[in-house]
Amino acid sequence: MKAIDVLYFASGSLRGSRSRTLLMILAMSIGVAAVVVLTGLGEGARRYVINQFSSLGTNLVIVFPGRTETAGVGPGMLLGQIPRELSLDDAQALLRSPAVSRFAPLAIGSSQVSQGALNREVMVLGSTSELLSIRHMSMAQGQFLPSGDIHDSVSVCVLGSKIQHELFGNNNPIGAWVRLGDRRFRVTGVMSSQGESMGFNTDEIVIVPIASAHMLFNTTGVYRILVEAKNRSTILAAKRDVEDIIVKRHKGERDVTVITQDAVLATFDRILSALTMAVGGIAAISLSVAGVLIMNVMLIAVSQRVKEIGLLKALGAPPKQVRNLFFAEAALLSAIGCVVGLLLGEAGVLVIAKLYPSLPVGAPWWAVLAAIVTSLGTGILFSVWPARRASQLDPVTALAGR
Amino acid sequence: MIRLDKVCRSFMVGDQRVSALSDIDLHIAAGDYVSIMGPSGSGKSTLLNLLGLLDRPSSGVYKLDGIDVTSLDDVQQAKVRSEKIGFVFQSFHLVPRLSAAMNIELPLILAGMPPAERKQRVTQLLEDYSLTDRADPRPDQLSGGQRQRVAIARATSMNPAVLLADEPTGNLDQTTGKEVIHLLESLVERKVTLIMVTHDPDIGVRAHTQLHMVDGRLSDEGH
Repeated sequence: MKAIDVLYFASGSLRGSRSRTLLMILAMSIGVAAVVVLTGLGEGARRYVINQFSSLGTNLVIVFPGRTETAGVGPGMLLGQIPRELSLDDAQALLRSPAVSRFAPLAIGSSQVSQGALNREVMVLGSTSELLSIRHMSMAQGQFLPSGDIHDSVSVCVLGSKIQHELFGNNNPIGAWVRLGDRRFRVTGVMSSQGESMGFNTDEIVIVPIASAHMLFNTTGVYRILVEAKNRSTILAAKRDVEDIIVKRHKGERDVTVITQDAVLATFDRILSALTMAVGGIAAISLSVAGVLIMNVMLIAVSQRVKEIGLLKALGAPPKQVRNLFFAEAALLSAIGCVVGLLLGEAGVLVIAKLYPSLPVGAPWWAVLAAIVTSLGTGILFSVWPARRASQLDPVTALAGR
Repeated sequence: MIRLDKVCRSFMVGDQRVSALSDIDLHIAAGDYVSIMGPSGSGKSTLLNLLGLLDRPSSGVYKLDGIDVTSLDDVQQAKVRSEKIGFVFQSFHLVPRLSAAMNIELPLILAGMPPAERKQRVTQLLEDYSLTDRADPRPDQLSGGQRQRVAIARATSMNPAVLLADEPTGNLDQTTGKEVIHLLESLVERKVTLIMVTHDPDIGVRAHTQLHMVDGRLSDEGH
């Protein structure tokens, strides 16, 4: 018997019992679609986080004071000691590394901001003009911080979009004065609204030159230094150089932590990939349930078509051929179910993408492949028993319909 | 052509051994027209199933064309059925979802014949059995006589040497029954060995060789 005839015969018997076939295809396609949609969501979450990270900047190396920060509280902290602070001079020294293209120091504090009768508590970020491009931020109007000597405490500030709205409403804030703590700052620009990015809402901050922030808060410390490496391949070199330079400046004491954005990204990437796999695995279980359904239906089909099987045998079909016919039927069922499921799944992903445009959903190729393999695999695997049963029927009793 | 030597067939019913056929010795020459008659339960159908290789004897030897077919395995027996034996059943056994033409084509498909050759042979068969205008309907849209004609066309599609008919007129009225018998007899003229199980003595006596079965044994009366 030719393969094409086997397929034709099998598709004929599928067409012969339409509702059974449709229900089976439905069960199979729901399973496949579940795999596609769920892994699509997981993958979307992963891409979302990665995008958030890259919006922080590219090729970043982040320096923070203290050695134990990521490992929790160090013994020195309990005794009231703080790690040696990073200074602006430390930051400037980093430019000596050939791998470093630029940097932005950050100082952070909170203060009252007031304009006329309006005032509110606000997070104040001290930095330099480089921050804008390193962090990939953009301006809604006006200018960012002036470039110039890092030690100049110029009294200018840049407002987050929400702060601007709360203090000035629809009035133009450029050139106006606001009071931060006990000092007055002239507004030179307003950030465009970017929303939350890694727990840091740029809409609700005020940015001032770092020297001014130091004066405002009466400190000299630098909270973080964002260092941008020249390109992707020099990130590790930059990290090494940054560590060496600061260790040298701190009299040989390794009291800073330097992390690369890539390392953080890789961690998140691993966690979310694992999550996606887990969700996909759960969906795959529903697929194997569809496989069991196929087995059930094929067993029923065998007992319904006993006479036909007897006839096929009387007409000279060897057991293997009968088995292949039922095999082909199950394979065809799961193949159609698989295709329909893939289409349904992709449609589901499209709908989700429409509903939540910020989530970059999309099933990864390995999940699609796994769905196809699982559906075909379970369909065929679970039809082994019914097909064997059909092929082993005794032709005399089968013809009698017993 | 067909030679049975001391063939027995017994079944286990509960824990009792029931003998359906005992010590059947039979010789049927090629091109013979044989009827097997006898009361129900006498073993007619069991004998026919044995001859058609649907069943195996408990003991004894069955030689078809000089080959001991009882020693063949399932696959080889299926091949013999496909090439040498045609079946006509009382209840037709047509596949309900297939058209008349497809039902006739079925043995050819199972044998792996190329489509072009298949089509040609099916067209010829439809013509031979005057079914040309009934090729497309499914079995439930055919009359009883037409159904049995489709079944006979199917049984002869592989040009078998032996045609086994189990009560071929059992589900038909007198007139159509007679037509079917004439059709089967016309095959004998084409050198097909026809072995027919029947209840109806009027049909049985038309055969050249008449076998009577009682309690699983052949009795020689009417020979």
